[in-house]
Amino acid sequence: MTDSVKRAAETPDEPQPYVELGMKAEEYERVRSILGRRPTSSELAIYSVMWSEHCSYKSSKVHLRQFGTKAPKSDALLVGMGENAGVVDIGDGWAATFKIESHNHPSYVEPHQGAATGVGGIVRDIMSMGARPVAVMDALRFGALDAPDTRRVLPGVVEGISFYGNCLGLPNIGGELVFDPCYIGNPLVNALCVGLLRKDQIKLATAPGPGNKVVLFGARTGPDGIGGASVLASATFEDESHAKRPAVQVGDPFMEKLLIECCLELFEADVVVGIQDLGAAGVSCATTELAAKGTGGMRVDLGLVPLRDPSLLPEEILMSESQERMMAVVTPEDIDAFMAICSRWDVPATVIGEVTDTGRLVMTWHDEVIVDIPPGTAADDGPVYERPLHEPASQAALNADDPVRLPRPADLRATLLELLASSNLASKEWVTSQYDRYVRGNTVLAMPADAGVLRIGEVMPGAEETDRGIALATDGNGRYAKLDPYAGAQLALAEAYRNVAVTGARPLAVTNCLNFGSPEDPEVMWQFSEAVRGLADACKTLGVPVTGGNVSFYNQTGSTPIHPTPVVGVLGVLDDVHKRVRHGFTAPDLKVILLGDTGEEFGGSEWAHVLHGHLGGLPPHADLEAERSLATVLVEAAERGLIEGSHDVSDGGLAIALAEATLAQSVGATVQLPGVDPFVGLFSESAARALVTVRPESFGAFAELCARHEVPCYGLGTTGGPALRVEGVLEIPVDELRATHQATLPLTFSS
Amino acid sequence: MGAARVGVVTFPGTLDDQDAARAVRHAGGEAVPLWHADRDLKAVDAVFLPGGFSYGDYLRCGAISRFAPLMEELIPAARAGLPVLGTCNGFQILCEAHLLPGALTRNEGLHYVCRDQRILVESATTAWTGDYTSGQEILLPVKHGEGRYVADPATIDALESGGQIVFRYVGGNPNGSINDIAGISNEAGNVVGLMPHPEHAVEDLTGAPSVDGRGFFTSILKRFVNL
Repeated sequence: MTDSVKRAAETPDEPQPYVELGMKAEEYERVRSILGRRPTSSELAIYSVMWSEHCSYKSSKVHLRQFGTKAPKSDALLVGMGENAGVVDIGDGWAATFKIESHNHPSYVEPHQGAATGVGGIVRDIMSMGARPVAVMDALRFGALDAPDTRRVLPGVVEGISFYGNCLGLPNIGGELVFDPCYIGNPLVNALCVGLLRKDQIKLATAPGPGNKVVLFGARTGPDGIGGASVLASATFEDESHAKRPAVQVGDPFMEKLLIECCLELFEADVVVGIQDLGAAGVSCATTELAAKGTGGMRVDLGLVPLRDPSLLPEEILMSESQERMMAVVTPEDIDAFMAICSRWDVPATVIGEVTDTGRLVMTWHDEVIVDIPPGTAADDGPVYERPLHEPASQAALNADDPVRLPRPADLRATLLELLASSNLASKEWVTSQYDRYVRGNTVLAMPADAGVLRIGEVMPGAEETDRGIALATDGNGRYAKLDPYAGAQLALAEAYRNVAVTGARPLAVTNCLNFGSPEDPEVMWQFSEAVRGLADACKTLGVPVTGGNVSFYNQTGSTPIHPTPVVGVLGVLDDVHKRVRHGFTAPDLKVILLGDTGEEFGGSEWAHVLHGHLGGLPPHADLEAERSLATVLVEAAERGLIEGSHDVSDGGLAIALAEATLAQSVGATVQLPGVDPFVGLFSESAARALVTVRPESFGAFAELCARHEVPCYGLGTTGGPALRVEGVLEIPVDELRATHQATLPLTFSS
Repeated sequence: MGAARVGVVTFPGTLDDQDAARAVRHAGGEAVPLWHADRDLKAVDAVFLPGGFSYGDYLRCGAISRFAPLMEELIPAARAGLPVLGTCNGFQILCEAHLLPGALTRNEGLHYVCRDQRILVESATTAWTGDYTSGQEILLPVKHGEGRYVADPATIDALESGGQIVFRYVGGNPNGSINDIAGISNEAGNVVGLMPHPEHAVEDLTGAPSVDGRGFFTSILKRFVNL
């Protein structure tokens, strides 16, 4: 029997499975008081998903507000937080929209589909802003490289990203891959997508205009990811066939590719008033959010939703997370043109309702009203928690455990090679070679470059020509954040900011994916609040606003959370993409220069981690003023054509930066360390540093630029030769570096 | 006369069509979009079947595309001499359409592979390779999961002895194809299929670190200037 509004009013005391749906008693009571009756099972479905941590940000909201209140003044920000993705002005009438989002838990349960649908979901967020998606990146974290479960999860995740992204036709231009025992059981799959659009073509998730049609288009709705709804279905209907349903969605990148091309034609034809993708919480989320931001009302006939499985119940339709679906609001005059474009791309489209001015979201199912709610109460007025927090009891002891006590190596050559072969510093080519980095023909730089760089000019046929380009990087260091979440988040931003700047791009805006343990653990909540505070403060200092992002809580096994892992993405712009700086040593006879000062900073370092399994002390000092000056120098030098190649100095220190720069194009170098202690000079992880090469005749002008911005500038030596030579310390042939760097991942995964 | 007109076909799921059209334009030709559902070749001088995952690679790569209305026009035209180039998924479609012999199967390593690959040009006599010299080594990207060329021994012998092996991988075979075959032609030399992507190696700024793919486009355009 359908649980209609009428029936709910008649049976006020019928018990409802709100606990199984993850709702607290007080949340359920709040729904009852909003509606003035018990919710129908369909309404309960809507409130339970919309008020979930994932959709409502109920534990994080009070902290995330800082991204707004502390936001730096920026002329570039066109659309800020709260929409599907932020949009920034990149000049010449162009705008970029980008966002990073987690798909951690599904990727652990079912690595291939979990990761694939993570890519699909973030791509639809970008599409729903009116943009053409132009590239993806992934920030990945797994347990130890040699852990058996890593062998299960990693190949599946990489294959899922490869399968979905390649088939979708989006170049994968960068990202990160980090191994640490803390992620066993809780791998992190954070997917980023960037899109481009004309500044005047931004679309928003809104449903204005009574009488306008609500169209559901894309894949048909099936029983994907509706674990929660089966609780409802079985509780209400005692139908066992609905009890066992897959919890992880299944992706069809082919349909997504059709959706992209279809949406772009719809935008081009200007037949869309408002648009929203269907992601988490599916139809529930799309209808409540569109209605809440529009005229305020909507009428939907759920019986019209095209189904892949005709036995689906309304609660399941509402909660289904079937992929590759979008919802649009279209005027009655444009509906025929809208449908014709969908048909040209073989994309099924169905009018399922219309916008009203009643202030109510009303849904019917076979002529019975099953939902009648004020949409804003589900979309915007979810619970907000100020969770208790306190510094972990172990924090002081952790910080006191200074790595200065660790024995230092006598053989620095062996140390460099051991680090270069270690899981986090080894070549990631085994993974990245499974991703198409060339499709669409606009890739200027991709991994292993510090940032991915794309040309803009030829993205959309017929659009205005421009020489501009964009650069994107993601970074995050869980060990640093564990030692000091405030500084750790700042260092993540600093590194991504620096990685964008070393390509010559001016950093513009930030997205973030905050991966943490349970918010119900006060120690985790302290880590979270410190990380958000650190990131918001750093964004203010560096002048780059947060445009959006995502929070992933509950990344923990039992009572053991992952390292707090804020992953930060930075988008930058190159006024002339032809002036981008190439990665590493590009030619012989160039001067090798280290920018920035090196202190003795080994807390959370790769050296301490790999050689000693040690995590303690404090992370490197996050000197944001130094980062800003460094970026200023890099951007101006690129603009003036003063630098030939560059590389960020970070994990593993100068030693690893030199080795990677050498490996970029098999060009060796002979250098002399500036400091007295070669171990510190090679392996310290002081931030705000970069390696650049300049032509000898440009050195004077470059040094003058550094002096003007007070950026320390040390001439280390010269590129060329078949080896990396650090005078008086070590000499390693390029071939040996390469063999060492490349062996590790294939040894584990190609068997 | 105007520039040669090269048709670039878009199937549902085609991905490299924009790149192919750009490469044609950069070489001085006119790129003419051809739509899978139209039985219309728009009187083009040559046709480029780009890479991608047409129809999601469902059933078998290229197996559905070969039945597209456009293909009903293209297949007889190719048999009559129209120059046709298929890269990656385009090569798979040409094999499925029996314009080229053999088939492309799952890579030996079972993974999708994207890398810059050295290629030996073995035949400079086809419609698409006139601007290369036989024995020339070029660098082009490969990016595919099903690029392992296979055919029965008699077919391989015929291809080898007939000079129809146009490209061979050197410095490592990315997919385990027989005899390191990267691309082949039909007997007449007007239809060429290869797994590598010349359209991603035509500019200094973007794509692979090479511009060795330009020759495909200049070869076909020159052919029509000479005619």
